[in-house]
Amino acid sequence: MNENVIAAERFNPQLRNALAAILDTMIPADSEFSAPSAGSEAIVNDVIQTMTGSSADEIVDLLRTLQETHGKPFNELDDEDRWRVFVDLERSNPHTLRVLGGLALQCYYRNDETLVSLGMEARTPFPLGHKVADGDWSLLNPVRARGKIYREV
Amino acid sequence: MTTQLDRVDVVIVGAGASGAAAAWSLAETGMQIVCLEQGEWTKPHEYPSTTRAWEAQHFGAYSANPNRRGRVTDYPINEKDSPIAIANFNGVGGGTILYNAHFPRFHPSDFRVRSLDGVADDWPIDYETLEPYYDENDRMMGVAGLAGDPAYPDKQTLMKPVPLGRAGQALGRGFNEMGWHWWPSDAAIATEAYDGRAQCINLSACTLGCAQGAKASTDVTYWPHAIRAGVELRTRARVSQILVDDNDMATGVVYFDEAGNEQFQPAEVVILGCNGIGTPRVLLNSTSARFPDGLANRSGLVGKNLMFHPYASIQGIFDEPLDGSRGPGVCVWSQEFYETDLRRGFVRGFTYECNRGRGPVSTAYSGVFSGRVPWGAEHHKHYRKMVERITGMVAICEDLPEESNTVTIDDELVDPDGIPCPKLNYTLSQNSLDMMDFAIQRATEVLKTAGAYDIMSDAPIAGGGWHLMGTARMGTDPERSVVNEWGRSHDVKNLFIIDGSLFVTCAGVNPTRTIGALALYVADSMKKRLATLFD
Repeated sequence: MNENVIAAERFNPQLRNALAAILDTMIPADSEFSAPSAGSEAIVNDVIQTMTGSSADEIVDLLRTLQETHGKPFNELDDEDRWRVFVDLERSNPHTLRVLGGLALQCYYRNDETLVSLGMEARTPFPLGHKVADGDWSLLNPVRARGKIYREV
Repeated sequence: MTTQLDRVDVVIVGAGASGAAAAWSLAETGMQIVCLEQGEWTKPHEYPSTTRAWEAQHFGAYSANPNRRGRVTDYPINEKDSPIAIANFNGVGGGTILYNAHFPRFHPSDFRVRSLDGVADDWPIDYETLEPYYDENDRMMGVAGLAGDPAYPDKQTLMKPVPLGRAGQALGRGFNEMGWHWWPSDAAIATEAYDGRAQCINLSACTLGCAQGAKASTDVTYWPHAIRAGVELRTRARVSQILVDDNDMATGVVYFDEAGNEQFQPAEVVILGCNGIGTPRVLLNSTSARFPDGLANRSGLVGKNLMFHPYASIQGIFDEPLDGSRGPGVCVWSQEFYETDLRRGFVRGFTYECNRGRGPVSTAYSGVFSGRVPWGAEHHKHYRKMVERITGMVAICEDLPEESNTVTIDDELVDPDGIPCPKLNYTLSQNSLDMMDFAIQRATEVLKTAGAYDIMSDAPIAGGGWHLMGTARMGTDPERSVVNEWGRSHDVKNLFIIDGSLFVTCAGVNPTRTIGALALYVADSMKKRLATLFD
């Protein structure tokens, strides 16, 4: 069984809810940009499937603590309280927050809905590739006019 | 138990930039040639650009750092005493699988550093000696570029240059306003169909392997020709040591095959092309009564004079939309500060290798982890100020050779076959630190002139040990060099070295074009002397 599957199996509904809530706190939806929340189901699933090994251990430990230490589960706190707890976590658990942040960014910015909201195509680079304009080669005229700059030996 | 194989004429260790070129060149002699490669053939259909998670593969299976990548075909490296970590790839094509294909030549002055600037040493060969081999290597690899670069003597171009795009034009306008040199970079990328390879389609992912086959990695350039010419390429063959007889002649190499079985491959000639870390590793692991300090090491210089190119990264954030990561990473270069001007506070110089931009995930990492893009409700607004609006450059700084910068054998670290692994001891010189500071200051000026309103810089790039050079240098004096002026060991007359280890100095440019040319030059030197090769 690979590491990703083992990590995914540890996410019971409570931990999944906590993860979705903290991801939503990090990157909430934005109607102005039609941007999804990082706590949306597809992105949460991707984050769970992507985390491995010691990173998964750290994140699971953090989520368990989050669910137990604020009087009620993190995902049941209001937005203001969630933000306050998140800011505290950044100070008290910087490494784990960085690991989770890296995962959140990686999965959020490859999500179809996110890419479309950015005006990008939601596809693999290969096989279609991309168009890039040749550009204006006359920009080189001043460089040509200046002449040789290499050092004679 | 070690299995003794049938004798061959030539065994080449390593199937990367140098091993592939030498194998192809020597094939015309009709000699029986075997190349041993510890890695495997990569499969272009598996390269990250065929997947949605392509950017993340920089941190996983396609990481440039072998310790992070951790494939069974890799060997770990102790980097604790180096501020710069190694970037390489072990497989057919070697480092060219993951390189950016930025493909500058050395300049004539790069071979005469002692004479011109009073530092380091001159090479025992010059630009003119290497020029025909540069041309031959260019033909085999397929080089795109624009003729007439005033930073170089005339050189051939085979294909149209890579596109300027929006990023190249923005940077070009900035350079023009400063009155500085710039030019479209020479690139080992097929900008049109070339030698059976399809043309570049701007995949954005050159440093993760080219699924299109447009990038000139030697698995798709030299190797098909070399194999058709009769060279045998044996993969998953990890060499542990070279054996010698009582006459100081190499008798062959010992290696582990994929199943972990030890084999002895006897050969008349042994050629090492394992890069500036792997080659000294094999030599230092090849101890014997006649070579107690490592093979071909009577000078004591094997593993010494390790040179990287210390890199500074300088990136600007612009108001205008640029290219994002679209395009080949290679774009334009500037060699305005290439030659020595002591008023700058350092000797020698650097190239600005301008890149295009970043993909959505890389942009997010830069934004969040530099504090420019916050978490929470403001995230989207700030991210959108950066995405597809970043371009800039890295400064490839010339590193001067110092005997205190070394590759040795680690006391404990071993690879999956139990072969002792390398340890680095490397310190950045004050000259390099001053050069990087200067490069950041001047790049900041040109990026602001080009329209950037915010600058991100980093030096040295901690994971930037792409160029591995100097650890078995060439020269005419056996006490001051490991091999002679045509790549033959001073101590072992049927042992040759063809990779970046040979470099006497490292110039301020990427080394792969020179490594290929040097390998062809050494191979040609051997062909011209076949009757007297061991005299």
